[in-house]
Amino acid sequence: MAGLELLSDQGYRLDGRKASELRKVQARMGVFGQADGSAYMEQGNTKALAVVYGPHEVRGSRSKSLHDRAVINCQYSMATFSTAERKRRPHGDRKSSEMSLHLKQTFEAAVLTQLYPRSQIDIYVKILQSDGGNYSACVNAATLALVDAGIPMRDYVCACTAGFAEGTALADLCHAEETGGGTALSLALLPRSQSIALVQMDARLHQDHLDTLMEAAMEACKGLSKVLDSVVRQHLQEVSVLSRD
Amino acid sequence: MLKSKTFVKKTRSGGVLKIVREHYLRDDIWCGSEVCTECKDDSPVLQRDAFIQSRLCTYPHYLIPDTNVVLHQIDILEDPVMRNVVILQTVLQEVRHRSAPVYKRIKDAIHEKEKHFYTFTNEHHRETFVEREQGESANDRNDRAIRVAALWYNQHLRKAPCAGELRVVLLTNDQANKEKATEDGLLAYRCEEYIKSLIGNPELVDRLALTSNEQNEITGGRVLFPEHLPLSRIQTGIKNGTFLQGTFRANRDNYLEATVFVHGEGEDGTEVLLQGLQNLNRAVHQDIVAVELFPRERWAAPSAAVLEDDHANDEDAEEEEAEKLESPALETSMLKPTGRVVGIIKRNWRPFCGMLTQSQIKEATRHLFTPADRHIPRIRIETRQASALVGHRIIVAIDGWPRNSRYPNGHFVRNLGGAGDKETETEVLLLEHDVPHQPFSKAVLSFLPRMPWAITEEDLKVRADLRHLCVCSVDPPGCTDIDDALHCRELDNGNLEVGVHIADVSHFIRPGNALDQEAANRGTTVYLCGKRIDMVPELLSSDLCSLRSNVDRLAFSCVWEMNRNAEIIRTHFTKSVINSKASLTYAEAQMRIDDATMNDDITNSLRGLNALAKILKGRRIEKGALTLSSPEVRFHMDSETHDPIDLQTKELKDTNSMVEEFMLLANISVAQKIYEEFSECALLRKHPAPPLSNYDILVKAAKSRDLEIHTDSAKALADSLNAAVLGGFPYFNTLLRILATRCMMQAIYFCSGMDSDFRHYGLASPIYTHFTSPIRRYSDIIVHRLLAVAINADGTYPDLMDKHKQSTLCNNLNYRHKMAQYAQRASVAFHTQLFFKNKGILNEEGFILFVRKNAIIILIAKFGLEGTVFFKNKGKPGPKLSFDSEGPSLTVEDQHTFHMFDKVKVTVTLDASNIQHQKIRMALVEPVIAGVSVAWPEPAAKKPKLDR
Repeated sequence: MAGLELLSDQGYRLDGRKASELRKVQARMGVFGQADGSAYMEQGNTKALAVVYGPHEVRGSRSKSLHDRAVINCQYSMATFSTAERKRRPHGDRKSSEMSLHLKQTFEAAVLTQLYPRSQIDIYVKILQSDGGNYSACVNAATLALVDAGIPMRDYVCACTAGFAEGTALADLCHAEETGGGTALSLALLPRSQSIALVQMDARLHQDHLDTLMEAAMEACKGLSKVLDSVVRQHLQEVSVLSRD
Repeated sequence: MLKSKTFVKKTRSGGVLKIVREHYLRDDIWCGSEVCTECKDDSPVLQRDAFIQSRLCTYPHYLIPDTNVVLHQIDILEDPVMRNVVILQTVLQEVRHRSAPVYKRIKDAIHEKEKHFYTFTNEHHRETFVEREQGESANDRNDRAIRVAALWYNQHLRKAPCAGELRVVLLTNDQANKEKATEDGLLAYRCEEYIKSLIGNPELVDRLALTSNEQNEITGGRVLFPEHLPLSRIQTGIKNGTFLQGTFRANRDNYLEATVFVHGEGEDGTEVLLQGLQNLNRAVHQDIVAVELFPRERWAAPSAAVLEDDHANDEDAEEEEAEKLESPALETSMLKPTGRVVGIIKRNWRPFCGMLTQSQIKEATRHLFTPADRHIPRIRIETRQASALVGHRIIVAIDGWPRNSRYPNGHFVRNLGGAGDKETETEVLLLEHDVPHQPFSKAVLSFLPRMPWAITEEDLKVRADLRHLCVCSVDPPGCTDIDDALHCRELDNGNLEVGVHIADVSHFIRPGNALDQEAANRGTTVYLCGKRIDMVPELLSSDLCSLRSNVDRLAFSCVWEMNRNAEIIRTHFTKSVINSKASLTYAEAQMRIDDATMNDDITNSLRGLNALAKILKGRRIEKGALTLSSPEVRFHMDSETHDPIDLQTKELKDTNSMVEEFMLLANISVAQKIYEEFSECALLRKHPAPPLSNYDILVKAAKSRDLEIHTDSAKALADSLNAAVLGGFPYFNTLLRILATRCMMQAIYFCSGMDSDFRHYGLASPIYTHFTSPIRRYSDIIVHRLLAVAINADGTYPDLMDKHKQSTLCNNLNYRHKMAQYAQRASVAFHTQLFFKNKGILNEEGFILFVRKNAIIILIAKFGLEGTVFFKNKGKPGPKLSFDSEGPSLTVEDQHTFHMFDKVKVTVTLDASNIQHQKIRMALVEPVIAGVSVAWPEPAAKKPKLDR
């Protein structure tokens, strides 16, 4: 059987988007009262929940604490019901610890950790439903949660994936596109300074294509940052209306 | 702008999975019509005055075909008359799933600007998306989607201010769908209805594919074939091992026999024999079929008989198969797994070239069509222009093969021209061998360098300037695409410097552009008798790339430093600029070497090369390289009419092998270099060792002359071939070598990352590639690019480094090479026929090359011509034959026994009784056997007249 046609001649993708269009993004902040900060994020069918605790004293062994800045602790997990096949996902498997590490690196670049020496910030993210771009959904959700917790950051961290099909870069891949062959690149960007917090790509790609792919991913990140910004502003408005009463 | 809509799909992959995908509906998908003012389409495709003259629709209209119309009537849709057609996304997707070739053709049609085909993405349009309802089948939903889209078009166009009477017309062959469409207020016609209503295009009617309900009318008679099993049962059968899946290969000599090549695990495939029409069960050559094996006691041996299906009558008469397939008692060792076809997994039908056999009934519209390819059965077509088509070469496509029909049904596609015309015949053999031969398109030509072209300063800066070297080229006479040149000079340290300079085609053909794609598709230049089908446009092949004498040319050079023993001390690759001092023919070069009075640079250089080549060749043969032989002929053409006047076997001179030796050396050096640099994606060439059973015929043949051939290794084979000489029979060794050649496997291109066995058996080299003929082979261009990257002369590009893409490319190149070879042979055969047509009857001496059950195959060395002498003619009681498969030998009438390699005398005539398969007919003259051999014909014997 012929594989999937990722991009039709008319320029439409499998789900009807054009090459540079993002999936529908929806987000809410402050979904949990008990945590210091929390957010819920939907990018198409990928749904993620992020919760932030801290900054607080370093728990466990004191030796982990750093004298000049805060430690960021990330934990990534996927719900058993997040994919088409129901599967138990034990903590600390290779994939999720790798993802945790990536998240940690991303946020160490963005959070102003030097403001909180000898303390710790915990970020917990969970994928509730997975449809491609898990990493980027987590980053975006965690950003909102950090904002909700009031932790100072250099900028929003926006992440997005980009892929490559028939010489065209596709922004924000869905699951079918991610698995349908070709390359997927995840990129986390601090949009205002245009500096890259993390970029990751597993498959092979020829050097000539890298620039277009990065360009597409960065454009997509900038688009996302606008959405995140409006979500934050809307949330502030709601909160201020509530607190006025 | 985005509206989200999720829907649920279930697929089966191991278990049941619920797959959720997003489906966005948009309102920015335009209708693509010129009349529409609402849509903001920048370049509408569909014309304002969409007019196809039709009696049914007297107003301008757009056509919307449904899936089945596209699938079955693609020949009609491709016709230039059909314009302004809306292809819905639903239709396109369904076509894509069901038939890859049709999908490709419809896409080509869509890309053609003049045809005004527009793809409407209805599945993502807000107003035309339909969701599958409870209990509705996927097909019904798609039909409904098509109707909804057609309806939307109608309403949408009505809103346009100046649409006038513009309507859309739905074409469907499905009665239920048509009724529903009419209910909805749509104009819907059956495809036949519509095409028949077209004014001024009666020939289109012939191209209509016969649809199933019409087939039933044609032949109401008996059911001839067992039913094919449904795909689901075939799949379970294959899974549990009751059925085998394989490629169906019809036997070209015997229409009642075929083999199915079963794709086994890994290397070992098995062959299943099929005998009899019933067991072949409507499979056509190259189809993927499922077969069921018979129990061991019903296994049979392949019959060595030659059977042709030339019943002239159109009746569905059953043949007396029992009589034809009489199988003599055979030892069980000859028995092969035998079975029958139970179902077809994938049809592999393509349009076939051939000729019409007119029905005896004058007014009949149904006729039989005989394809030129003898693997293909005859096809029944319906046409009203039979009398105009008789004697012409035509193209026909198969539509289907019902159970009650002896022959498949098809329809007429195209008329190529009168049979026997040289142009038509060349066209036929190019089409039959799938050789792309259209003139180069504008897009391709636009990538040629601007003329006048000259080597620029920049070129000189990055290239080694080798213009001072005394380079010359040696080629066959009349060669205009010179892609290699050589030089040899003495160095100060007493060593020799040898250079092979290859035309730098990759400088002109840049990766990825239209020129490159076209060359990659063509794969190779095809040389026919008196005609060359270029891989790259002539400006490059015969001028800018061709290393002609006394002009500066860009080259890719491979320079060795060698000692006098031809041992390589240093190898160096560089892009260069050369200036060839002479373009010689093989004969001229030989003359210079032999002429002791000549002492110029060129001659000395040639002598040095020749001496080294002899050492190299000796060493190569030492290692076990094979010297094989095939009877090759050259035609002397009449310069005016291009008819062959004389024919001559190719002669080999020392200089031929001199050039060959250095080309081999360059290829091997380059292969090592690119493999070293790119272990994953080097394009190499290998020649697998043939399985030992291939040699059976050779060993048997030699044994009949009390000689032994060892086949355990290439070296042993080469040695024993050298030793196999018969006194007083000088041609015997050549005959053996011809036979050995036929035992060999095909050499193939492959990508180093996809294979582990690199050996080239014939050349006895552990690694090999093609580097030396980039003008006529695309593989060499890729190798040039790889080598250029390896020496930092050029950059890489994505496809070059992708082993899967390379591998696909290799497959295409292998296919094109094989086809080019077949086309070449067919062209030689055709010219041989022309030659004999002019000669009348000839008497010649020949040797028996093979002995078959009812015939002997004879090679006439003088012409390199092979022919068959049949001992059994249809309708006549044949002489008594006894065949001994061990010898192999054939005894006729107990009088004379034919062995392989026996010398016989035959008469050669052109048998034109079947104008399509004109063949060289041979009849035995000597030894004289009463009732079998013919008398020496009188010299004035007239050639047989053509039938029609």
